[in-house]
Amino acid sequence: MAIVYQRSKGLADIETHYCPGCTHGIIHRLVAETLEELGVLGNTVGVAPVGCSVFAYDYFNCDMQEAAHGRAPAVATGIKRVLPDKVVFTYQGDGDLAAIGTGEITHAAMRGENITTVFVNNAIYGMTGGQMAPTTLVGQRATTAPLGRDKSHAGSPIRIAEMLATIDGAAYIERVTVTSPANVMRAKRAIKKAFELQIEGRGFTLIEVLSTCPTNWGLTPVKALEWLNENMIPVFPLGVYKDITKEA
Amino acid sequence: MAKGRVTFRQDWCKGCGLCVSVCPKKIIFLDESMTNRKGYHPATVKEMDKCIGCANCARMCPDSIITVERE
Repeated sequence: MAIVYQRSKGLADIETHYCPGCTHGIIHRLVAETLEELGVLGNTVGVAPVGCSVFAYDYFNCDMQEAAHGRAPAVATGIKRVLPDKVVFTYQGDGDLAAIGTGEITHAAMRGENITTVFVNNAIYGMTGGQMAPTTLVGQRATTAPLGRDKSHAGSPIRIAEMLATIDGAAYIERVTVTSPANVMRAKRAIKKAFELQIEGRGFTLIEVLSTCPTNWGLTPVKALEWLNENMIPVFPLGVYKDITKEA
Repeated sequence: MAKGRVTFRQDWCKGCGLCVSVCPKKIIFLDESMTNRKGYHPATVKEMDKCIGCANCARMCPDSIITVERE
């Protein structure tokens, strides 16, 4: 028998601290497989965020740099400008990218920084204990919204992929999810395309990955995937929002 | 004759059950007869002869502990 699937060499041989069933692990693997397949593991610098994935710098087998909360795109900008031959990516959650770091990601896209961002959106603040995030759905319960997000008071969730797709500097923006093996393969293709466009020097690329938080959603890992499919995808539709390779 | 074979790095398994949920042959289960050093019942397969080596389980595993082989 031949091995057809095994742990990527892009992942360090270390256990993660993520909760059981947390899809961060799947998304880490997709990034790691992409870097391995593109043969750039030794030429890549990743920038880790603040949030559940703060320890991402321990989990990838490439050079990593930690950034202050929300500032990963700014740090990645500096790294890429000083070392333009390196593949540079940021890995950020919604509490990091869509809240405190909204300014940084927006302006990195505006400048068309030639970096790739993997944006993990699970509609809640995970690490700090399930508080309402800018991406929390209307009616979704959080520790700071025990009766559910109230639109009249807290507004509606921000759609990062759609927003950034309006920016000229963005080269490729796609939203994917990892709720099934087929969706995992689609997410992998999207992440790989983003890194390939960066290597071609095409500009800013971002892949938003709808993700689960079984612990703070109060669901089993399998039920959390179902909840995502039923509730998050209607609010955050999957698809390609910007693709300069398809534009004239 | 089995077409596929899966192996689990059981000491790293967190018993989340995502592999169980996507196995088309329904042969993966969480082994409640044992507890790993993390305190979870790890995923395992008894009827390996039914495995088709599709790798659905490995694609969904958040902890990348599954290796899939195929004829």
